[in-house]
Amino acid sequence: MNSFSIRSLVPMMLFSVAVILPNTARAQSTSETIANVSPKVVKIFGAGGSKNLYAYGSGFLVSSNGHIVTVWSHILDSDTVSIVLHDGRRFEGKVLAAEPPLDMAVLKIEAEGLPFFDLTQAAGAGPGTRVLGFSNAFKVATGDEPVSVIHGVIAAKTSLAARRGAFESPYNGPVYVVDAVTNNAGAAGGVLTTWDGRLLGMIGKELRNTQTNTWLNYVMPIGELRETIEQIISGRFNSKKPDDDEDERGKSTRKRPLRYEATDFGIVTIPNVVARTPAYIDRVLPGSLADTAGLQPNDLILFVGESLVQSCRTLKEELGRLESGDQLKIVVRRDDKLFTVGITVPKKAVE
Amino acid sequence: MNRQFALLSLLIGLVANTSENVSATDSEVITAQQIRTDIVKKVAPAVVAIFSPDGNGGGSGVLISPDGYALSNFHVTSACGDFMKCGLNDGVLYDAVIVGIDPTGDVALLKLLGRDDFPHATLGDSDKLNVGDWTYAMGNPFLLATDFEPTVTFGMVSGVHRYQYPAGTFLEYTDCIQVDTSINPGNSGGPLFNAAGELIGINGRIAVEKRGRVNVGAGYSISINQIKHFMDQLRGGHIVDHATLGATVRSGTDRTVKVDSILETSDAYRRGLREDDEIVSFAGRPIGSVNQIKNILGIYPKGWSVPLVYRRNGRKQEIFVELPALHTKSEMAMPAGPKMPRPPAPRGRNPKSPEEKTPAEMGLPKEELPDEYKKLFEKKAGYANYYFNKLEQQRVLAGLTPYTSWQGQNGKWILKGQTVDGDKVVIKLLPQALSAQFSKRAPGLQTLDGSDFLDEPPGSGGMLAALQQLKLLFSEGTAAFNDVTYQGSQPLDGRGDTVDVLVTKKSILECRWYFRATDGAFVGFDSLLGSNVDACKIRILKFDDFQGRRFPSRVSVHYGDVEYGTFDFRSIETATSSETR
Repeated sequence: MNSFSIRSLVPMMLFSVAVILPNTARAQSTSETIANVSPKVVKIFGAGGSKNLYAYGSGFLVSSNGHIVTVWSHILDSDTVSIVLHDGRRFEGKVLAAEPPLDMAVLKIEAEGLPFFDLTQAAGAGPGTRVLGFSNAFKVATGDEPVSVIHGVIAAKTSLAARRGAFESPYNGPVYVVDAVTNNAGAAGGVLTTWDGRLLGMIGKELRNTQTNTWLNYVMPIGELRETIEQIISGRFNSKKPDDDEDERGKSTRKRPLRYEATDFGIVTIPNVVARTPAYIDRVLPGSLADTAGLQPNDLILFVGESLVQSCRTLKEELGRLESGDQLKIVVRRDDKLFTVGITVPKKAVE
Repeated sequence: MNRQFALLSLLIGLVANTSENVSATDSEVITAQQIRTDIVKKVAPAVVAIFSPDGNGGGSGVLISPDGYALSNFHVTSACGDFMKCGLNDGVLYDAVIVGIDPTGDVALLKLLGRDDFPHATLGDSDKLNVGDWTYAMGNPFLLATDFEPTVTFGMVSGVHRYQYPAGTFLEYTDCIQVDTSINPGNSGGPLFNAAGELIGINGRIAVEKRGRVNVGAGYSISINQIKHFMDQLRGGHIVDHATLGATVRSGTDRTVKVDSILETSDAYRRGLREDDEIVSFAGRPIGSVNQIKNILGIYPKGWSVPLVYRRNGRKQEIFVELPALHTKSEMAMPAGPKMPRPPAPRGRNPKSPEEKTPAEMGLPKEELPDEYKKLFEKKAGYANYYFNKLEQQRVLAGLTPYTSWQGQNGKWILKGQTVDGDKVVIKLLPQALSAQFSKRAPGLQTLDGSDFLDEPPGSGGMLAALQQLKLLFSEGTAAFNDVTYQGSQPLDGRGDTVDVLVTKKSILECRWYFRATDGAFVGFDSLLGSNVDACKIRILKFDDFQGRRFPSRVSVHYGDVEYGTFDFRSIETATSSETR
């Protein structure tokens, strides 16, 4: 399961390049497309500014009266978010609502007659489709400068779900993987369009595979976001908590994978207070799997399976990878001795 | 080898898979591909792989003339020294010498030696680029090409007129071209070509963040139109400087830009710009933000005049502002020192960056520089290579050939004529004093006993002093001056023909002599009585023969924004100094 990684995408990308070759030289009025799309993409300035927490991002207009879709991020944590349009006009943006499981938020500015993407006209696309990416990556554009445009090809349409636990993406749905570096600092919230300018999706945050140290350029298809966007705009929206698999009508939506936590096994670690808090067991819940397996308070968890556990954080990550039915092997240090216990991963109640 | 073969066969396999498709569908595809390969074939011979003689640095460049002038980045050549080794795709390693540098704009001009028929690129017009246009970047990324065959990458223009912040006040990328064309370490200094294969930029910078020192989809290229402004200064061996406005500006609420403060010593102030004036356009481009002014300023050399339109009390006014230097002389001397700080070390995982290969690893031969080349470099403060300034001086001074018959006539000069408004004038340039007598205007007198040069006749900006300089140049040549330099070229008065500029100094008097770039003709000169004052501007409107000697017969004289007069000379009487005595 975990072997499905970016590495396996490489041959797919090669193949897709070959597939699209016949299209590459077709005469297109690229500059017309760009002139048409650019004004619908906005620059966002908000909270942040310290190292690796940039204070700028991208977004796109979805209504003529100022509804803007962007990613849900720390940039929106400030009281006022500045929205700069393609013509240099600057507005104060208000967060209408956010949907963390979709990693998306909708903002509103007080303006009218703006160019926007008609969500009913949004497109879908498969591997090999030539695409354009529009975003304010690296904050290159200021004032009335248009956002940056890059070109690429959809390398795969896949699901981020297979990557749960090891990856810090709250979004777990289907994604387009792009062969160009679309996901840069400040690019999240920008758009991916077809070569003729039809909206395909929203560029996601920067995402690194901690195991291979590679970066994934992914885009959330607009089809995954459209319903929520429309609900937010119409005021019918109720935020769902992560891992909530039912909509308001009780109908089962697409299953979002659940993540196991230490408490699922009856383990309570000491509070995760510093960057590398050692994974000491603080309490073992009576009657729990951990209790049955013989784990005790003050045990230091060293290994989960074959993985070295260096901190509470890595413990959380490792447990998050498990699926029900997995055989979990935990190695702990108690006094100066090592103990190994085996636990069968249970089904989660809600599943 | 095996791997290469495997990759090749994989690619062939893929092509074979789709060959049905290709033959069945687009002949356009084949045509477009053929056009691309043809362009690459055409321009690749002009691409230069640059190495320092000891192999401790390297980058890329591009030839722009058959006699070997080539462009690169300052941050490439500064690591290479005064002489460097340059490889072309003919597999030959040529010697090259530094000519001129632009530390602020990160540009360097060098000259490859040993041929007068180098393949070279055609300069394009970078202002015509649009976002979405296709581009080729060529160069030697990661110093991969051991046979100097350039690496080609192909991509899209992501943004135009971009601004990238400097390191301090140097290495500033203004009005640059942003591309998603892959540019990597080693590409620095190499060319960016448009779809037609014309040179439109010099690749110098990439966005680098947390992913190591490799391309992440944003590369920056210095626009060739900016470099064109500086080209003749660079050919003149200068360490060139950029410009400032002499005023600070602020953004208003409604996308207006207003003058915040202004130096009273600046030309902008003398032309009438004041605090709170709204700047409407600058150098012909409409202004809506402070950044735009910064962006535009960056493409001009110091000393250029550019148009500026401002609005005060609802009324618009156009002025031509001479731009002061961005740096002081001592600031400029700093980067010309032995070494600039190197760009930040790679943060990637590579234990060794390609630039750090030793000469042996690069397979570069170790050889001594031929003696004939050593004389092509001459050190002088303020210059990257003074040898090339002397070369340009000689070229421009050829414009004085029609006036050689005045040589030796350094005694008294008496010019008679009248102004177009009917004022009779007699100008006497004597060894002891200079005088001007008019029938209407106030007379002028300037003694030559070592006292200061003054605004004589009053209101002319020192026309007598200016004519005295002309007499010196015609009768004694450049030897009469304390200092002579070739300054580069610029549009005359910000709007006229492009002129080559020669600057002379005689005590405190500075003169700028203008020669039309197209034919070398002497078209006028400015004389300055001091710094931060307006010049007396003399423009030659007509020539005639005076007893077989060519001399300006009609000149206009301007001081500041005011025309002092247009003169028609009817006769000139001259003598050698011995005759005068």
